[in-house]
Amino acid sequence: MGAPAIELKNITKTFGQIVANKDVCLTVNKGEILSVLGENGSGKTTLMNMISGIYYPDHGHIYIDGQEVLIRSPKDAFKYKIGMIHQHFKLVDVFSATENIVLGLKDEKNFSLKDSEKKIREITAQYGFELEPSKKIHEMSVSEKQTVEIIKVLYRGADILILDEPTAVLTPQETKKLFAVLRNMRDSGKAIIIITHKLHEVLSLSDRVSVLRKGEYIGTVNTAETNESELTEMMVGKKIELNIERTKVEETPDRLEIRNISCINREGVTLLNNVSFTARAGEILGIAGIAGSGQRELLESIAGLQKLNEGEILYHNPSTGYTENLRDKSPVKIKELGVRLSFVPEDRLGMGLVGNMDIIDNMLLRSYKKGKSAFLNRKNPKDLANKIIEDLEVVTPSAKTPVRRLSGGNVQKVLVGREIAASPTVLMVAYPVRGLDINSSYLIYNLLNKQKESGVAVIFVGEDLDVLIELCDRIMVINSGKITGIVDAETATKEEIGLLMTRNDGGESNE
Amino acid sequence: MSKPAVKNHEPLFHVVKRPAIPTWQSLLIRAGAILAALIVAGLVTFFLTGLNPIDVYSTMIDGAIGTEKRIWNLLQGIALLLCVSLAVTPAFKMKFWNIGAEGQALMGGLAAALCMILLSDKLSPALLILVMFITSVVSGAVWALIPAIFKAKWNTNETLFTLMMNYIAIQIVSCFSFKYSVPKGSGSIGIINSISKAGWFPSVFDQKYFLNILIVVILTVLLYVYLKHSKHGYEIAVVGESENTAKYIGINVKKVIIRTMILSGALCGIAGLLMVAGTDHTIATDTVGGRGFTAIMVSWLAKFNPIMMFLTSFLLVFFEKGAIAISSEFDLNNSFSDIITGIIIFFIIGSEFFINYSIKFREKEEKRK
Amino acid sequence: MIVSFIQRAVMQGIPLLYGSTGEIITEKGGHLNLGIPGIMYVGAISGVIGAFFYEQSVETVNPILAVMIPLLSSVLGSFIMGLIYCVLTVTLHSNQNVTGLAMTTFGVGFGNFFGGSLIKLTNSDTPSIALVETSRCFKTALPFADKLGAIGELFFSYSFLAYSAIIIAILVTLFFNKTRAGLHLRAIGENPATADAAGINVNRYKYVSTCIGSIIAGLGGLYYVMDYADGIWSNNGFGDRGWLAIALVIFAVWRPNFSIIGSILFGGLLIAYNYIPNLSFEQVELIKMTPYVVTILVLIIISMRQKKENQPPASLGLSYFREER
Repeated sequence: MGAPAIELKNITKTFGQIVANKDVCLTVNKGEILSVLGENGSGKTTLMNMISGIYYPDHGHIYIDGQEVLIRSPKDAFKYKIGMIHQHFKLVDVFSATENIVLGLKDEKNFSLKDSEKKIREITAQYGFELEPSKKIHEMSVSEKQTVEIIKVLYRGADILILDEPTAVLTPQETKKLFAVLRNMRDSGKAIIIITHKLHEVLSLSDRVSVLRKGEYIGTVNTAETNESELTEMMVGKKIELNIERTKVEETPDRLEIRNISCINREGVTLLNNVSFTARAGEILGIAGIAGSGQRELLESIAGLQKLNEGEILYHNPSTGYTENLRDKSPVKIKELGVRLSFVPEDRLGMGLVGNMDIIDNMLLRSYKKGKSAFLNRKNPKDLANKIIEDLEVVTPSAKTPVRRLSGGNVQKVLVGREIAASPTVLMVAYPVRGLDINSSYLIYNLLNKQKESGVAVIFVGEDLDVLIELCDRIMVINSGKITGIVDAETATKEEIGLLMTRNDGGESNE
Repeated sequence: MSKPAVKNHEPLFHVVKRPAIPTWQSLLIRAGAILAALIVAGLVTFFLTGLNPIDVYSTMIDGAIGTEKRIWNLLQGIALLLCVSLAVTPAFKMKFWNIGAEGQALMGGLAAALCMILLSDKLSPALLILVMFITSVVSGAVWALIPAIFKAKWNTNETLFTLMMNYIAIQIVSCFSFKYSVPKGSGSIGIINSISKAGWFPSVFDQKYFLNILIVVILTVLLYVYLKHSKHGYEIAVVGESENTAKYIGINVKKVIIRTMILSGALCGIAGLLMVAGTDHTIATDTVGGRGFTAIMVSWLAKFNPIMMFLTSFLLVFFEKGAIAISSEFDLNNSFSDIITGIIIFFIIGSEFFINYSIKFREKEEKRK
Repeated sequence: MIVSFIQRAVMQGIPLLYGSTGEIITEKGGHLNLGIPGIMYVGAISGVIGAFFYEQSVETVNPILAVMIPLLSSVLGSFIMGLIYCVLTVTLHSNQNVTGLAMTTFGVGFGNFFGGSLIKLTNSDTPSIALVETSRCFKTALPFADKLGAIGELFFSYSFLAYSAIIIAILVTLFFNKTRAGLHLRAIGENPATADAAGINVNRYKYVSTCIGSIIAGLGGLYYVMDYADGIWSNNGFGDRGWLAIALVIFAVWRPNFSIIGSILFGGLLIAYNYIPNLSFEQVELIKMTPYVVTILVLIIISMRQKKENQPPASLGLSYFREER
């Protein structure tokens, strides 16, 4: 293990009121792989963005090869031979790998794709990548695209590589290949930082692990001297009491029965893998999991927005007693069947609401079709808008204000208020308190509890384990599109859930 | 430890999107843009004609509204332009770039003209006009439907498709101009039914354009209500704002695209009918006269609000008529009005920037610790 | 007769080739410039104005100046048009379609206005704009053309602006495929955010490409009036060739080298009626429709086949604002 390649000392970064990073210290040595471990929102990506010049820290120092440096832009980062591989690829689809790799370079040499291709082949041979430089990006699999991104950074001569959740989009086999390549790079003296929240990967790949929790630096341990449960405890921390009341509902009949549903996207990646569970009336079913584990696809397939490859979605209608299969039915069809399904999607302004419309017209989204008339009835939506503004204390100049102009919390109140107003029998909410202040969050929890008490089957996708444990009745954990467990929230511990979220039975963990 | 020199790389100013500004401010910016356009247009006229700027404007005003007849002509000009602008608006609100209004209106006009030629001795005058109305609407709608189907099904680029459809329509009209030309082979149809006046819109209150204007006023109100208060109009707005939201609430996006384009084309067909039956009483390749393109600007500048569109089309037609007055007084070419129109539009579209964005100048760099 | 047909087709095609090459450069940078028809008018009339003043001011024309003055004034005219378009769409983020259409209204009006009023405005005593002398200089063909018979007619009988059109089209093709700047420009048209992240100055590229595209398109107008129309300006004489040039861009699936063939084909279709015996007037008009029909077919086929390489640049028509997420 070599000398420190990059050192961070007491880095602090705030966005308005929110502290994203507080006094974080990190060191990466040459010829070492460091994992940065943490839950969603723990500040990992913010920290890495400061190294790669996208943000600038409020306080703290960065040293490269022992020299203090200022990294103000991606250009500066490039100058210090830092390369970051983002989660979202920045590639031009119709270009070949080579064209993408040389894009933006200003060599003094003559421009020759042939020479560049030769250099790329040298890099691929050196580290054991599998890539055809002349292949077009749009013909590539996700892992090939990622390879292009990594080579792009190496081509520019980076010595410090940062990979932001590189395995989130890969199959176990592809992950294996990636890790082999990363080890080769480490052996040739590169310093590598890998952001992840998959424990087994941390243990199998990295030399040391640094853990962040809620923006704070928790500590660094040598991988050889630690284990899954220690890391989980560092990552999730001790249980915090929140005092969200949980009421018990006597009768909880089955409302929604999901049987063996699977969903594979166009690239052949499995998004949902044989998922089965039951949501009961008068109960809040929490769904925990690392972001992007299939939560969105799960909710959207129930809402009729996602086509499934297998399985069925059964709805037990309380008023008729019939059971309907909702699989592959459109939202309109589902409504026509008499299924009262409400859905608060993760993307509030891009999906649940129309930003440029006022609150009244956004109320109309759910109800505009009512009645035989060709014209809109704005009377009821107007009353509803005013009722929501009053009941949920929405801060807005008037009901005629475009929702785009409201603050995040108020936008969410409008959306949740509308979905609840449809008096659903099933209510699905995805990350309903993301970006909300404490008061608004508790208001939302209370609303969900009230729905539950009135016999609604609530499905709650959340990220804060403390909230899930106190609010929900049962918690289902989803991991890479698979259900890894359903626990009773009253007896479950954070460590237990954390392990279910991060542990993987296949792939690298067997090594 | 050597500290690298801290140099400020931030640019002098940068542009940020502003949330929204009060209506009065945006109106002020637009008024300012029109004023600036007026000044520049006056200056251009001054340099070309030597006319002093005050006279420029008074000649313009006189040319546009100097006599009762000119006022009627102005209203008629507004009516025709507004009618095409109304037609393109539903499509634009849906973010479907229908720049084929020229062709759609032309096809509507052609249908009307053909009815006048072929059916005038077979149908009673009232029935003839009814048939003309139906065929115009259908032809305009079909011309718009073709690109819409391809857009809905294969996402074929609608801007380029509708643009090409214009020229096909022009060639079809040109073909028929030869087929029915009077005298034979001249390539122009001439006034149809000049004696019987079959298929001509009747004069009302001695005003031959009254009916045109009335129809467009009614259409403006109807379209305003349709877009603002009907379920269809609401669906158009949702699809235009966010296709994702449209799917979330179960709107059939393809259906809305096709339905709206049929409406857009049908309105263009009516515009064509007004131009043929209510104005020219003939058909030629320049019957629509570029209104299909000007309408796009009218609609866009008015933010797709039919009532505002009256103002923007008034503005453009007013200057067109005014500029024509100047050019005829100075024996200049009529295209002078196009130059003035161009200048005005440049200024108004440029001013949109200041409504949507604000410029932040670099603040004094605070000393970092 | 075949020889003269091809010769005429080429001459018809050259303005289209200029226009489409100019538009392709612009579109590759992500801007759909519907102002091209107007810009071609401005390119033509600017050349005419330059030549008019030059012919008026001297007794005998110097062939080099007679070419250079209209050429430079044409370039200047279209450059200014390109600049206006860029200021509005790149810097001020205006809607490209609306801006382009306004440019066309303005440009066509500008051309027709000066074409119709130039004599009046300068109090000149000439009856009409007939720049015969200038045109003669522009039309100078290669001296050995007439000695080579049919081959000479086919390949060497054109003026220098015709050859330049083909050379420019080939150079632009090479520029796209073989140079770093070409790669960068294409990246901007496909995905400006990626290009920006790669450190490419997106706005500078857009300005340069759009202005150069305008200048090239303007030369098409100049060729038309000086060469094809023998230096005689007639209002609306240029007709819808600008739109046909935009059609040609699609027909050539955004490849200038395909445009060369395409332009001759389109040119041939425009004049085919002269060479087909016993056509009625109606049929003539229908034949003139074919370039547009063929273009639509190409557009439909490329959208159905979904082949990525043949699609319009992905960000065509969208303005790029870095802070927009």
